[in-house]
Amino acid sequence: MTWFASAQDARDRLADVGYLADTATATTSYLAGALEKPLLVEGPAGVGKTELAKALARATGAELVRLQCYEGLDEARALYEWNYKKQLLRIQASPDDQAWEETHDDIFTDEFLLSRPLLTAIRREEPTVLLIDEVDKTDIEVEGLLLEVLSDFQVTIPELGTVTAVRRPLVVLTSNVTRELSEAVRRRCLYLHIGYPEADREHAIVTSQVPGIEDALAREVVDTVVRLRALELKKAPSIAESVDWARTLVALETGKLDEDRIRETLGVVLKHGSDIEKAVRELRLAARRA
Amino acid sequence: MSMLDRHVAFVEALRSAGLPVSLSEGLDAARAISTLGLGDREALRAAYAATLVKRQPHRPGFDQVFDLYFPRLVGEGVQHDEGPAAADRSTAGALDGPAELAEFRDQLTEAMAVGDPEALDVMAREAVQRFGQIRGRGQGEQRWSSYNVMNRVDPQGLVDRVLQGLLGQTDEDPALRRLVEAQARAFEQLVEGEVRRRAAEVRGPEHVARNTVRRSVEQLDFTSARKSDLEALRREIAPLARRLASRLQRSKASRRRGPLDFRRTVRASLSSGGVPLETHHRPRRPGRPDLVVLCDVSGSVANFASFTLMLVFALREQFSRVRAFTFVDDVHEVTDRFDVGGDPADVLAGLAASAAHATLWGRTNYGRAFSRFLEEHPDALTPKTDLLVLGDARSNYADPQLEVLREIVDRTRHAWWLNPEHPRHWDTGDSSAGAYGSVVPMVECRNLVQLGEFVRDLA
Repeated sequence: MTWFASAQDARDRLADVGYLADTATATTSYLAGALEKPLLVEGPAGVGKTELAKALARATGAELVRLQCYEGLDEARALYEWNYKKQLLRIQASPDDQAWEETHDDIFTDEFLLSRPLLTAIRREEPTVLLIDEVDKTDIEVEGLLLEVLSDFQVTIPELGTVTAVRRPLVVLTSNVTRELSEAVRRRCLYLHIGYPEADREHAIVTSQVPGIEDALAREVVDTVVRLRALELKKAPSIAESVDWARTLVALETGKLDEDRIRETLGVVLKHGSDIEKAVRELRLAARRA
Repeated sequence: MSMLDRHVAFVEALRSAGLPVSLSEGLDAARAISTLGLGDREALRAAYAATLVKRQPHRPGFDQVFDLYFPRLVGEGVQHDEGPAAADRSTAGALDGPAELAEFRDQLTEAMAVGDPEALDVMAREAVQRFGQIRGRGQGEQRWSSYNVMNRVDPQGLVDRVLQGLLGQTDEDPALRRLVEAQARAFEQLVEGEVRRRAAEVRGPEHVARNTVRRSVEQLDFTSARKSDLEALRREIAPLARRLASRLQRSKASRRRGPLDFRRTVRASLSSGGVPLETHHRPRRPGRPDLVVLCDVSGSVANFASFTLMLVFALREQFSRVRAFTFVDDVHEVTDRFDVGGDPADVLAGLAASAAHATLWGRTNYGRAFSRFLEEHPDALTPKTDLLVLGDARSNYADPQLEVLREIVDRTRHAWWLNPEHPRHWDTGDSSAGAYGSVVPMVECRNLVQLGEFVRDLA
């Protein structure tokens, strides 16, 4: 099946489900579907990498299968596992006259296989979006395990043989670059870097995500955030923070973003003590003027 | 040139600009483009970027090469009617006169104040056309120079005027000033891009790509970094430190098993009838070294020293203690300038100010600095200490005092010298790299990649 008819189609359908994509994001999403290649998304925290995968699933009516990566993730949690307890029961319950070979063949069948996200996504017959979240958090060995899935959409289980995808899932990998991914993974993927959006797009995102916000307030929030990003901060605020900030201001029922309000709510946007100090120092005068 | 030829040449140019583009990635790109069609330039750029550029630091280089091979427009970029165009050109002399320049700068001030990227783009094209022309070597060959444009239009000099126009004052709002300065930089980059595009039309994109495309930040030499690069470099330090720290932690975790703890193993085996099912191990002693960093903060190597110091201090959990000293011809301790939550820009500013304390006569003198260090801070050196010397070993032909350095090195566990110069410049001019290198192993460390590798091996 084709996921999207064109880049413009991808953009429209993503917009319909509330994800405002720029040209690069829309084009790359379309290509990921058209070329049937996995999509590696990198960028700072909170710019909507995971959200993109969810939006792709919503836009195409596919089901989202998610593999959250963490340190120590292994084959048994990512791919498949044999259900030892059930196998043991089966052996104990087998009639005395059954030959071992027969039992052996019996217990290594589908019935005793516990499918984990990667295998699940490959075996599904309905359209599927497979999200491999924060792939940089895993150990390097897991990457090797991903290679077969990413390039050929198949999983080899020694006892059963190779399971090939009936219908290729749309794979999205996200990474925060805490570790460099290996060349092998990068080569197999399309690459998309999502950065901080332009002011206009961010304004559109904030107004669409925060119902009931006044246009002028949204504009002020975005302007201030853009100026905060120009400072050299430890963690520059991203879209998630702008949206949170807008929500906070709406909840506080402030119509306007003045100096006091900024200082009171700056903790929503900046998460380091030194960043807040710096922002207060550099924005104070500007706020007084406004 | 057919589309296929252009594609192949483009991929080739990316490779020579230092991007690792594999054969299969090139094929992917071709496939992507045939699916997508050639209707939209930005879509084409996105398709090439998605298939060929797999690391964000490579992106600026990619964009430059892309602009050369798939230029947005050709020629002067303006559709001339025949008549007026000829007239225009004949009066070209008048177009770049002082009055016109003043007028142009007024317009630019306005565009920068509004912050409209499209207006800036148009202005950049116009600026190159009007103020950037120089005569080429060949007969009738037209060339352009971004240096000329910058010299005459001087966008950085307009920043104050823009602020004046916006606020009525110039020094009121540092955050706004930064935004306007970013506008000026954007204009400069647009001009440079435009000059490159025009040069590519005259001399072919291969030639221009080979000579002008800048390397990614990670591979940029510390000593040749420009002001705008320094900021980018500073932003790279924290992520680099984070990557290194997580990698170090991981490799340490995998080496966590120490020698066999015999007593605990036997004790545990009692519960399984004396069969040692599980072995117990002593925890490994973390071999964290003391680190002493001694760095030259004079002139050109100051940047290199401050980046290295920032990286070392960002990784300080990996060492049991870190002390830092700066010198020009005297020694000054700067350890307390690095506090945990500190702001990198502040730290660097403080460091630059400390150079004054490290100066006696103002001329770099390694020999004197070493002997002063040994006199003033002998307590810093213990058999557990790892010593790092940062500098280019250019000592203004003064006595290198090798004996003093040898004594310093003898008192430490390990010592290294990081030199930000290319090895081919070692021992040229007043460099005593060879002499010092015979006492301390000297390591070339010119960019972030090399620095990262060195620090990783150190911790």
